[in-house]
Amino acid sequence: MTVPTTRRATNAFIGSPIERLEDLRFLTGRGQYTDDLTDERMLHAVILRSSVAHGRIRSIDTAAARARPGVHAVITAAHIGDIPTIPLRHDPLPSSMRYVQPIIAADKVRFVGEPIAVVVADSVALAEDALEAIAVDIEQLPAVVDRDAARKADVFLFEDTSSNVAGTITATLGDTDAAFKDAPYVRREHFKVQRHGAVPMEPRGLVADWDTAKQRVTVSGVCKVPFNNRRALAQMMKLPEASVRMLEYDVGGGFGARGEFYPEDFLIPFAAKVVGRPVKWVEDRRENLMSLSHARDAACDLEIACSRDGVILALRGHAFTDLGAYVRTNGATASRNISQIMSGPYRIPHVRMDVTMVVTNKTPSGTYRGPGRFESDFCRERLFDMVAADLGIDRIEFRRRNLIAEADMPYALAKVHVLDIVSECDSGDYQITLDRCLAEFNWAERSKLQGALIDGRYHGIAIGCYLEGGGTGPRENARLLIEADGKISVYVGSSSVGQGVETVFSQIAADALELPMERIKNVFHGSTDYVTEGFGSFSSRSIVMGGNAIVDAANRLRALIREGAAQRLGCAANQISFDNETVVGPNRAMLELKEFAGLAADGTHASNKRTYSYGAHAAYVAVDPKTGQVALIDYVAVEDVGRIVNPLTLHGQCVGAVVQGLGGALLEHFIYDENGQFLTGSFVDYLMPTASDFPSIRAVALEQKPSPLNPMGTKGAGEGGIIPVGGVVANAVAAALGSLGVQPHELPLTPPRVWQLIQDASSR
Amino acid sequence: MKLPPFEYACPTTLSDAVALLASHDGEAKPLAGGQSLVPMLAFRVASPSLLVDLRKLAELRQIKIADDGVTLGAMVRWRDILDDARLRKAHPLLVAAVEHVAHYQIRNRGTVGGSIAHADPAAEMPGIVVTCEAKIAVVGKSGARVIDAANFFQGPLMTALKPDEIITEIRLPAWPAKRRFGFQEFARRRGDFALAAAMLFYDEEGGKAGNAHVGAIGVADRPLRLPAVEQVLNGNKIDEVTLANAEAAASASVDPHDDIHAGGAYRKALIGVMVERALKSAAA
Repeated sequence: MTVPTTRRATNAFIGSPIERLEDLRFLTGRGQYTDDLTDERMLHAVILRSSVAHGRIRSIDTAAARARPGVHAVITAAHIGDIPTIPLRHDPLPSSMRYVQPIIAADKVRFVGEPIAVVVADSVALAEDALEAIAVDIEQLPAVVDRDAARKADVFLFEDTSSNVAGTITATLGDTDAAFKDAPYVRREHFKVQRHGAVPMEPRGLVADWDTAKQRVTVSGVCKVPFNNRRALAQMMKLPEASVRMLEYDVGGGFGARGEFYPEDFLIPFAAKVVGRPVKWVEDRRENLMSLSHARDAACDLEIACSRDGVILALRGHAFTDLGAYVRTNGATASRNISQIMSGPYRIPHVRMDVTMVVTNKTPSGTYRGPGRFESDFCRERLFDMVAADLGIDRIEFRRRNLIAEADMPYALAKVHVLDIVSECDSGDYQITLDRCLAEFNWAERSKLQGALIDGRYHGIAIGCYLEGGGTGPRENARLLIEADGKISVYVGSSSVGQGVETVFSQIAADALELPMERIKNVFHGSTDYVTEGFGSFSSRSIVMGGNAIVDAANRLRALIREGAAQRLGCAANQISFDNETVVGPNRAMLELKEFAGLAADGTHASNKRTYSYGAHAAYVAVDPKTGQVALIDYVAVEDVGRIVNPLTLHGQCVGAVVQGLGGALLEHFIYDENGQFLTGSFVDYLMPTASDFPSIRAVALEQKPSPLNPMGTKGAGEGGIIPVGGVVANAVAAALGSLGVQPHELPLTPPRVWQLIQDASSR
Repeated sequence: MKLPPFEYACPTTLSDAVALLASHDGEAKPLAGGQSLVPMLAFRVASPSLLVDLRKLAELRQIKIADDGVTLGAMVRWRDILDDARLRKAHPLLVAAVEHVAHYQIRNRGTVGGSIAHADPAAEMPGIVVTCEAKIAVVGKSGARVIDAANFFQGPLMTALKPDEIITEIRLPAWPAKRRFGFQEFARRRGDFALAAAMLFYDEEGGKAGNAHVGAIGVADRPLRLPAVEQVLNGNKIDEVTLANAEAAASASVDPHDDIHAGGAYRKALIGVMVERALKSAAA
């Protein structure tokens, strides 16, 4: 299956199932994660977090904690003085600015888990002992625990705002009201997606070291967007950016949540400056579950207008998203996507979506793989199955009639007004992935089992289509350098969150330079030392932006080599050709690459247009009506990502994304009680999929329709696998229980919920 | 997630262990397999002043099979039960239950005595000892005593054990070779705590059930016997009617609370389904 990397190359590596270069390091225990970093001078920080959801801080007494053995510092808001707030990185709505998070609680706490103090001690255990000695007096206030309470507006998280609404995002296309007015068929439904989120295997961690002599700080353990975070930290610490170094080590998963700027990204460097020694902080799982950004938590009224023959005329709706206590770095992104992507891969001429974001006394939210897309797909695809049944049209035919056609490309999506965002689908034939999915799934044969009761379980199947935006700009930078041995080092502004960038960037660089892969010596990524300006890894952008920047740098490097070789060989640059590591001139004159050691070229890929991958998923479930248990019998994911760089890594990412989606559809739920207490602070209560839960997931990737937006034709990939899962699984459950009249409107489909749906349906 | 400060002792005799437990004004805790206690320490919801590690007490590690039943030393681990082929005949219901205990790694360390002393209302072993009318032998500073399983569990994580007492043995009554039994558990994922589980046995007399013992976990503040279900079974054939009656009787016997994993109404229905399925598998 895999291809040896020594194979002689001419555009041979892109598209080949190359085993990950990273794996040997990980499998032999040589990965280096943040908690692996040690130093004999190192001290350890722990964070005192609020146990109260909403309250006013009357006093914090740290004297007893400071007197505990091994304690070097106890830091509170009082020591910091002016308390910086976390800047909005994405979608900075003016109305959200008043809801940003101070990096430590000064006068109020607004969620269980909010940082109140930092203890620095000789060991984590001593620091935790001291933590218990801090006396915090908090006047408890009523907690705002859900979107309804938030809108009731009798208690405010931010008193000076007199509102718990952090803004409304509206996206429109065409004239929705007019389209609805004359529509022959309309249906309106209410849907909910629960609060859940990214739970990376490696929790967050940082090591900060303050250099007193040089007045500079080094922060290790960053990921995703180190350049952005350097800018933010430099401002907060009132340092020039050049005095802040951010170093990326191995990262055990990010999924959108890890790597954003969190309070600790300031508190730990600040603590290092206070104690003048390196300080390490690694969150435990309880902290991870209550302080890493949560996600989803959206409720949506959605209304559709159709012709009697199943042509969608218009779609409109109003969603309410519960952002938790603060609007953080990318807190509005899921809401923005809900507004813009609700129409999915379908040609809907008139769309209006309003998304109102409220704050509540819960953990702040941010992006999680497929932000807003998972939610909108659940609502839309559920509604579609109901509509198809109403109209007496086959579910597949209904989708087929409404998919955006290849001839429609580029196809403009709804415009996001307040942020002034326009975007269009770049390329694709959405029928191809639908057809392929039907074939892989063996739909025709399996549809005979639809709704059948076999051995006490109802069987059901469903299929849904989706769109995955990626390749977000504005640009990415790369630099290729010829080393003394003639091998190439790649420097790139993209980051690793564990997705295998060293492998795919080596493939891309090798093909661009027509070299064997082992001539690519190193891929340096993620740290702020490597390129002067980098943007990082988010929104399925690494291959599209970083990969194409590498191609650009490679083209420039080859031009420089041609010029240099022409000079040495006394010929014209266009007489120079390449044969592996050999530069060839007229009359078989040859130079080796190492003779150009030190030569480097910078490359950039800039684009403000997103790529749109797309696909279709199908699920086959069996539901035990007595227990409500949903068993997944088979799952098929088909996507077209424009161009596949590495089918192995893509396949792994797609299957992983489907499993995460199944977690969101069936298991995962962050739960709070009526006082805002967090009830799911361990893996006993927050249920992640485990290795044995979903054994049958198949993923097929196609490269039928390359993106016209970049030289390689690549599109964002790897995120898409999660997007349609909630809708497809819920539709399969609805199909299985069709004879009982069960219609799920809310995730997750836990056994008690499915059982309750059956009880409710049978008592109607 | 670091443990709070505590003293640690690892005695080599039972009498030393008891003396150590008695020496700390009720603030000492025995440490068996540590699969519940250590996480509680990490979350700092328990902070004993002394941990008395029982791992060197070899006399607590024996599995004895005799005519009068099976005796499990308190430090017998789940893995020991699954590895002991004799138990599949000597007490198949015990083996069936232990197969549902948590995950592989936890089964390698967790002990029967630890599980009973911890008294989680959704744990399998407390259900087994109650259903089977086991005797629980304990020793403390005032000597040894034997507690009926029926009187041992007093609420969630609450037992009849005194602070200085250690469980030494669990004595399960003899298991006739022809006894019929069933164990059915429903959990969100394999290895999770049961949302509900039913365990039962009966002896057949002329095609009819007798001596029925039916237990349930996950549906109350402690493991339960379900006498109403036993009444339905005793003297009857296990046919469709009995199955339906047993299911209804089981549901009617319990009044579970809501929690984040399931509402009370769901659990009430679920225990009926578990009893019905356990009976079906027993009769098969």
